[in-house]
Amino acid sequence: MRGLVFERNLPRFAAARVATSLAGSGRGVGVSPLRLTDLDAPELPGPGWARVRPLLAGICGSDLSTIDGRSSRYFEDIVSFPFVPGHEVVGVVEEPAAGGGPGTGTRVVVEPVLGCVARGIEPPCPACAAGHTGGCERVAFGQLAPGLQIGFCADTGGGWSAAGLVAHVSQLHPVPDALGDEDAVMVEPTACGVHAALAAGVTPGETVAVLGAGTLGLTFLCALRHLTRPGTVLAGAKHPQQRRLAAELGADVAVGPDQLTRAVRLRSRSLEASGGLTGGADVVVDCVGSAQSLAQCLGMVRPRGRLVLVGMPGSLRVDLAPLWHREVRLVGAYAYGTEHTENGARRTFDIALEVVGRYGLGRLVSAAYPLERFEEALAHAGAAGRRGSVKIVFDLRPRRRARDGAASERVVEEVAR
Amino acid sequence: MSPRPGFMLDVDRSTPPTLFWHGEGFRLERLPEGSRVLYGPEPLDALADPVSAIRRALLEPLGDSAPLPELLRPGMRLTIAFDDVSLPLPPMRRPDVRQLVIEQVLDFAAEAGVDDVVLIAALALHRRMTDAELRHALGDRIYDAFAPHGLLRQHDAEDPAALVHLGETDQGEDVEISRRAAESDLLVYVNINLVPMDGGHKSVATGLASYRSLRHHHNARTMQHSRSFMDQDHSELHSSNWRMGRFIAASGLKVFQIETTLNTDTFPEQFRFLQRREWEWTGRDRAAFVASSSALARTPPRLARTIFHAIKSPHRMTSVQAGEVEAVHARTTANVYAQQLVEVDGQTDVLTMGLPYICPYNVNSIMNPILVACLGLGYFFNMYRGRPLVRQGGVVVMSHPTPWDFSPVHHPSYIDFFEQVLSETTDPVEVGKFEESFATDPWYVHLYRTGHAYHGVHPFYMWYWCAHALQHLGGVIVVGGDRAAVRRLGFTPASTMADALEMATDVVGPGPGITHLHAPPLVMADVR
Repeated sequence: MRGLVFERNLPRFAAARVATSLAGSGRGVGVSPLRLTDLDAPELPGPGWARVRPLLAGICGSDLSTIDGRSSRYFEDIVSFPFVPGHEVVGVVEEPAAGGGPGTGTRVVVEPVLGCVARGIEPPCPACAAGHTGGCERVAFGQLAPGLQIGFCADTGGGWSAAGLVAHVSQLHPVPDALGDEDAVMVEPTACGVHAALAAGVTPGETVAVLGAGTLGLTFLCALRHLTRPGTVLAGAKHPQQRRLAAELGADVAVGPDQLTRAVRLRSRSLEASGGLTGGADVVVDCVGSAQSLAQCLGMVRPRGRLVLVGMPGSLRVDLAPLWHREVRLVGAYAYGTEHTENGARRTFDIALEVVGRYGLGRLVSAAYPLERFEEALAHAGAAGRRGSVKIVFDLRPRRRARDGAASERVVEEVAR
Repeated sequence: MSPRPGFMLDVDRSTPPTLFWHGEGFRLERLPEGSRVLYGPEPLDALADPVSAIRRALLEPLGDSAPLPELLRPGMRLTIAFDDVSLPLPPMRRPDVRQLVIEQVLDFAAEAGVDDVVLIAALALHRRMTDAELRHALGDRIYDAFAPHGLLRQHDAEDPAALVHLGETDQGEDVEISRRAAESDLLVYVNINLVPMDGGHKSVATGLASYRSLRHHHNARTMQHSRSFMDQDHSELHSSNWRMGRFIAASGLKVFQIETTLNTDTFPEQFRFLQRREWEWTGRDRAAFVASSSALARTPPRLARTIFHAIKSPHRMTSVQAGEVEAVHARTTANVYAQQLVEVDGQTDVLTMGLPYICPYNVNSIMNPILVACLGLGYFFNMYRGRPLVRQGGVVVMSHPTPWDFSPVHHPSYIDFFEQVLSETTDPVEVGKFEESFATDPWYVHLYRTGHAYHGVHPFYMWYWCAHALQHLGGVIVVGGDRAAVRRLGFTPASTMADALEMATDVVGPGPGITHLHAPPLVMADVR
């Protein structure tokens, strides 16, 4: 079965970095450690595991960062090679877990974090014991090869393979019939948005500024509206389509990123000094994760406000003097687990399923490519905003191949315009 | 030979292409046969001896005012206010008329033994002038005598201590003006009347007022009821200012108004072709046009802007009158009309205009899209008396590059207005709901008071200036403008004049009547 594999190959990793710095994100695939090959289905690690055949698998910013050769070295010890990328997955259970869980043919979304339960670690680490699987302390240990998630672990396979993946029963969430495949593939990124919205700790009436309106920014906006009662919500979005979607999905004000600080200033009635605002938004959310975005966010959060880092950063050079001087709380927001809401403890994915349904987030899936056209797919993902797109996915559905006859030649464009 | 009056040219097959301003450049457009082109009168003869004319005006005032020397006495407080950098356009060659007038006022004051004299630039909510601009307007002698001692001031409409609330008119309008002016024994106001809107009671009631006062007449409703605001007899803007001016007079402030008019000799020799009628261009004019056009086409916009803003106009004074405000202004207005008014027979379906690089609010700065709209739909559209030059439901076609470009120093609130207000609504009444937050924004206030920024509310005023036109017109098309910027203004972009005229027929129907407002020189239509 055909699948994409990412191998440890430092020269190609470096070559990809050079290529993408010249040609743009997603355009260094040919020289990167990613290749399309024949794969066997991964072995089931144990009795609590099921085999899942992917239907749609999304391309995430973290995937692109890895393939572009730009991911942080921080991840070296918590991934294992070779791995099959793809952690945003909707699929069907092909071989159910022994002893329970979704049966054969059940459509599921995969919660990819490989925490203590999946790794067979008893007793679980304090984070997992508290339900915060995203903060698992044992992602490099246990019965599996290191890997913070399916899609970064050599033992589990990933979504970008027709050979399928294996997932612990605790990682499987049945998809309601009301949700289409496109909706379902948005559940994982939406769960990130949900977790970030709750991590931001927004209290009623607070002003929230969101920088970046790609998938994460947009799902964050939905989750923010779904779960909290903010005052004014402002979004900085680079491309017109993103601004339109941001306004539709919850932003009161959607402007270009270069105008976001001005918009925040106007609403907070701040002055300007030292390259930033003297006041600013109560909560600023960085859904980009670059040095530039972080510096801009630091310049528009009020003293003692919160800066939530949602976009995946790498090694950045940023002046943190304003963070120190203004006593800004820097909050990281990664993945998901269990959320403690006013309605009690709930799995992040359960909330994400609600949000996806309420906002119809399947419309954010802009294009679907067959695996064979992975280079085009990744180039598209790397230029998604510029091309008026949001989420690019791989389409591994056999029925579509049968219907279309020549799936490898077809790109399904479902741009939600 | 006396200057020829303005007239309306009927375009026929033999008519050469018509010159359009296009920002920091020009275009020659061939208008369809049957179109009309409105040319203003040629520049009137200047006063042969302006210094003597000024002296005579001060000694022989109009209305019930005593001659200036009789109003001056030792120990009195004398304040001399003067129009700011927004006048004249382009800035005139030295000596500026303000310098000529104020020097004589100061001479009389010195002869009378007046030593408490303060000069105030009547900015209203405009940006503060730079030292160089003040020096240019007033001359070295005045600047050096007053500025180092803090006696040359710029009106600060946001300094509570420098304002005084005199009360309300019978229409409930707050009258709040400069405390120094209000508490003076005599306020001398030195004006330049470039267009009929300027001067009269508007000089003090607007130029030395605060936002609290200005908001009563600088709003969409007032501008929609000013038809036009260049015709003070039919202008609610002026009615309100006149009520305020009379209230100020009734409160005891003695105002000695000095108004001047300039001829329309606007550009120096190398750009003289701009003011000649195209069929009268000499070989030298044609060569100058070709040379300047081709050079400008290769010049980066920023450099072209610098070149044009360096132009100092050869404007010369055609009249000066002084004394009681209303008597003075009646004479001034007649003199402005003598220079600019042209009788026009009937309205048009489509009005075309070429917009230059400058308007009152971007001297030494960028003509941003809001100012483009204001110049076209505020100033040029309103250059009429009687009826608008273009009919109800007609179309205005403006030629200007309309760059999406702003000066963050001069126009900071314009940027936010453009990005965050016009993106929501372009309705002048609707935009008013954002006005107060901009007007009271502490950052804009800070920049207005300490930098060279227009007040936070100023872009709203520019948009209100367009209110009458926006209510009257069926469409606005901008030729050669930045498409995104034009659309943000709510207008329609067109690549060429021919395209624009074709597009206009969608609004006004086939075979429209077309009239071109030829500028320079400034011209005002008296539409019958």
